[in-house]
Amino acid sequence: MKVVSEIDNINSRIRKDRVFLGLVVLFSVITVSPIILIISKLIEKGYKQLSFGFLIEKTPDTMQAMAAIANNELIPGGIVNGILGTVLMVVLASVFAIPVGIITGVYLYENQEKWMANLTRSISDILQGVPSIVLGLISYLWVVKHVTNGFSAMAGSFALGIMMLPMIVRSTEETLKMIPQTLKEAGLALGIPYWRVLFGILIPTGFSGLMTGILLAVSRVIGETAPLMLTALGSSVINTNIAKPTSAIPLLIWEFYNDPNMVDMIWSSSLLLMIIVLAFNLTAKQVAANRK
Amino acid sequence: MNTNILQVKDPILSIENLSVAYDKNVAVKDVSVGIKKNNVTAIMGPSGCGKSTLLRALNRLHELYENIHTTGTVTLNGEDIFKMSPIKLRRKTGMVFQRPNPFPTMSIYDNVIAGYKLNGISQKKQERDEIVERSLRDVALWDEVKDSLTKKGTFLSGGQQQRLCIARALAFNPEIILLDEPTSALDPVATSKIEDLLITLKETYTIIMVTHNMSQAARISDYSLFMYLGELVEYGKTKNMFTNPQDRRTEEYLTGKFG
Repeated sequence: MKVVSEIDNINSRIRKDRVFLGLVVLFSVITVSPIILIISKLIEKGYKQLSFGFLIEKTPDTMQAMAAIANNELIPGGIVNGILGTVLMVVLASVFAIPVGIITGVYLYENQEKWMANLTRSISDILQGVPSIVLGLISYLWVVKHVTNGFSAMAGSFALGIMMLPMIVRSTEETLKMIPQTLKEAGLALGIPYWRVLFGILIPTGFSGLMTGILLAVSRVIGETAPLMLTALGSSVINTNIAKPTSAIPLLIWEFYNDPNMVDMIWSSSLLLMIIVLAFNLTAKQVAANRK
Repeated sequence: MNTNILQVKDPILSIENLSVAYDKNVAVKDVSVGIKKNNVTAIMGPSGCGKSTLLRALNRLHELYENIHTTGTVTLNGEDIFKMSPIKLRRKTGMVFQRPNPFPTMSIYDNVIAGYKLNGISQKKQERDEIVERSLRDVALWDEVKDSLTKKGTFLSGGQQQRLCIARALAFNPEIILLDEPTSALDPVATSKIEDLLITLKETYTIIMVTHNMSQAARISDYSLFMYLGELVEYGKTKNMFTNPQDRRTEEYLTGKFG
């Protein structure tokens, strides 16, 4: 009798196992479907506009767009002012955030338990949670009103740089912590001064970890819109002056959304932005995988 | 005066009343000992007796950690090491660690020359080549790696990596080499190669080695220190210590009663 009941038990276990397997698969599908739906929608609606000209021409004005729609043509022009604006601001933000973030990360790593380090770490974590629009407001108050006396790429970069900082600080600290202590000791035991051990041994050893953090930080801020509305404002021309208003891809998407004639441009711009962000993310993943 | 501690004439390294504490836990208690030049001196003792702590005090590595406090005097060729710049001291004392730790981003060549390169010492390529070849020959690694000097140091086997680390420590022509259980992560064949190497190296260098392997100490060391609970219990010629230990604790350790 005992044997029979055990077999019953096994059958019910197999049934339960199948139910749970089904649930796990279902939830996995639910998790991945948004990204697939988003990408397929963007491709479907945006691919027609996406051409070489789209990458090298300026945004058309609303009249040109209206005329094109009336003639059943594609809207002429592109978003090069946004692309270059995004590049300008992200590069500027990185120039600020990467050195500051890495040096702060090194400080946290070297002084794990000191109260100053603990305080810095907590504040950096809080900074990570500050809504981006608030960072935009701060940058407006400090940079727009007092440094550049007007909307500017610099103000946009400042807000983006502040957003990147905590991510770089954390990834630097975590990366350095994973490097065996004896490598540092071996360097110092050779009579090498600390700063050379840091730049010659520790940072090269943790390079891929630092790079992963930087790439993820960049991909995070590249799509930021809210802080740029209050700082960079936008521009229909190509701007390379960091003290002048500048466009950016996400800003253009917002502008297109507000202009009934430009709606078609939303999709191609979003598709391009999505491709850029995905490229950064995938590169970061690849770099992280290479270190193992 | 503890009669179990040999008095060495003209020591290269003289340690007086050295104590090291981790916060308030004293790991090395008032050790005084003279190290003889061109010999292998082994530091033995059970785990946690302060062997490594003593060794790491000798190139002031403890200064990296704020909770470690060192007191006492150590003189190297009559010069107080705590008054030297740590950089100068560490160039005179090479160190080899428990696990092989070549710098993972560097080639074999760069690992050997790292001490020079990262110190910003400019040299002609020929000079560098000579230092690399000499150091690698000193550790009997030259013939094995001369065709793959540009490969990463971490591609070598564990034993080869450890010899590479010894070569890295030798490149600066140190006076003393400090080894912290250098063979504990290696297989017996690699271990015996390193042991043979240390015996030849003592002609040029003074070697201080931490080991918890008694037979290793017996095989290669000329002098031995036996430490127990942070104290130096006995110091003398290895031969004498193994055949006729003076202290009961040394005897019990050597006969395997604890350890």
